[in-house]
Amino acid sequence: MTTQSNPVLSVRDMSICFDTRHGPLRAVDGITFELAPGEILGMVGESGAGKSLTGTAITGLLERPGRIDRGEIHFEGQRIDKLSAEEMRRLRGRKIGAIFQDPLTSLNPLMTVGQQLVQTIRTHLKFGQAEARKRAIDFLAEVGIPAPEVRIDQYPHQFSGGMRQRVVIALALCAEPSLVIADEPTTALDVSIQAQILDLLKRMCRDHGAAVILVTHDMGVIAETTDRVAVMYSGRIVEIGPVEKVVGDPHHPYSSGLMQSIPRVGSGVDRLTQIDGAMPRLTDLPRGCAFHPRCPHALPVCKATQPTPMPVGSGQVSCHLFQGEPA
Amino acid sequence: MSANAPLLSVRGLSKTFDLSPPFLNRLVERKGKQYLHAVDGLSIDIPRGTTFSLVGESGCGKSTVAKLVVGLHKATSGTIRFDGTDLTALAAADRGDCRKRIQMIFQDPYASLNPRWRVLDIIAEPLRSFGITNDKGEERSEVGRLLEMVGLSSRDGEKFPHEFSGGQRQRISIARAISSRPEFLVCDEPTSALDVSVQSQVLNLMRDLQDELELTYLFISHDLAVVDFMSDFVGVMYLGRLVEAGSADQVFSAPEHPYTRLLMDTVPDIDLGRRDRVPVIGEVPNPINPPPGCAFNPRCTLANARCRQEAPELVSRKNGSVVACHAATEGRMTSD
Repeated sequence: MTTQSNPVLSVRDMSICFDTRHGPLRAVDGITFELAPGEILGMVGESGAGKSLTGTAITGLLERPGRIDRGEIHFEGQRIDKLSAEEMRRLRGRKIGAIFQDPLTSLNPLMTVGQQLVQTIRTHLKFGQAEARKRAIDFLAEVGIPAPEVRIDQYPHQFSGGMRQRVVIALALCAEPSLVIADEPTTALDVSIQAQILDLLKRMCRDHGAAVILVTHDMGVIAETTDRVAVMYSGRIVEIGPVEKVVGDPHHPYSSGLMQSIPRVGSGVDRLTQIDGAMPRLTDLPRGCAFHPRCPHALPVCKATQPTPMPVGSGQVSCHLFQGEPA
Repeated sequence: MSANAPLLSVRGLSKTFDLSPPFLNRLVERKGKQYLHAVDGLSIDIPRGTTFSLVGESGCGKSTVAKLVVGLHKATSGTIRFDGTDLTALAAADRGDCRKRIQMIFQDPYASLNPRWRVLDIIAEPLRSFGITNDKGEERSEVGRLLEMVGLSSRDGEKFPHEFSGGQRQRISIARAISSRPEFLVCDEPTSALDVSVQSQVLNLMRDLQDELELTYLFISHDLAVVDFMSDFVGVMYLGRLVEAGSADQVFSAPEHPYTRLLMDTVPDIDLGRRDRVPVIGEVPNPINPPPGCAFNPRCTLANARCRQEAPELVSRKNGSVVACHAATEGRMTSD
């Protein structure tokens, strides 16, 4: 899926900054990407790389002292990063759905599942009470909840973890949004349930024509679910491209180190490839490329200047090793 | 003990938690007693110098086994023999020597280190309480040596835990665990709170230390790839029972139990790419009310009438592993 049609989402040179007593901290630093309608983009990186913040900024849920201090977010042709809280609230849920990591905390424990679905449907679509309830039951059936006409009147605590995440998916999609932000949707679930939920997410978004940004730290999930992947490190996208390329033939030394350090069943190795060191803290980012202290191929130029994204193959890589190379 | 006797030998280990409502509620509301069989008749042997891993999903009882072995829970029945001594028969006060020889590494390096203590004190605490070092100077040099063993600097002893990243904190936990010079380490999900690039560092370190110090590991994890990398032997648990156990090569290359196959099949794999998997049915049942017969029967495609009535026992197989499955012993498995 290439970006021939108009992108549903376009993020341009966006930075997110936190004002602290010790000065501004830049948690996301000038990231640019586009998302085609119906496309699934994976965002992968370590904790603190800025992947969840990116999702939060797009949904307009960034809280103070965090703010977007540079760049633009365009959604279906409309600029949304300057919208008022009220306008954003109307867009969110209707056009942009969200799925979070922990299904228990993203549902209201005091309302039945049906009340939450009906409320969401009636807030965003012109439906009567009875109609909305019928649609809610249909959605619960669609996400694979057995006996939906009974389950609809139950509370979240009466559902298991996997079933709750199914309800959350139904909630995110019941107003037919064109974009869904899924932030670690399966991290809190067991492996055998994780596969079910990923299948469901993929199927639901395909059937309802929603594009997805899937934020996760699990490369296996990325490899099986997404069309394109963005690898983040220290607030920047270091590599973005089709999933087969980024996972199978990564260019950036960080992405390739990451792929090699993942243990695999049946590999029979005695040692795992490791990337020494850890991601730098935002308070003391190194000059130049943020990855250079851990990079086995670092050049003198890497310590001085930040690399810019360059087209390599069908993707983009931010690394001095690939600067100025013919695409 | 003979040289090839297992260092840790567990027989028929069970742990039952009483979840009954209070006496008056039982009387007035006519509720019965309620028990949760967290671990049910578990038997494993861990030879010296090897790694035995327990895998399974949340609630299968693998962490309870870890706590039983280190003595944080009291076993309901069964024996845990460590180098010939039955730990379950010892009073807490008599465990001293075994405590020194069995140490534990916990999952969350943010919660398992005291935030108000300096790293020096955290690592020196076992040295002091077991009387391994005699004076401050000796203690200091021993802590420095331990810190360097786990890849930190001896100067790091002056710092507090918050000054370290997650991976470094887990190195501190490892340094504390090996400070009493134990032979046996219980590792409960030691890398599941860490990022991938850091996880590989910690796993490599644990294997290096195992070779260097001749350690024996009981390794608890839900990540099959991590288990495959670390283990000599693997036991798969489902609802408190061992459903399959054997050498890691055997279990991973030719899994026999349908649940092991399910686990192997559902792990997202970056090599296979976007395959369309066979959807797995159902979820782990409530352990308070497990289904009759084999606990896995509601999710099993091979389940028949016998599976729904009679719980299977562990049976030794030709290849040396043990499996608790009627379908496997009756030869109803399809070899795919």
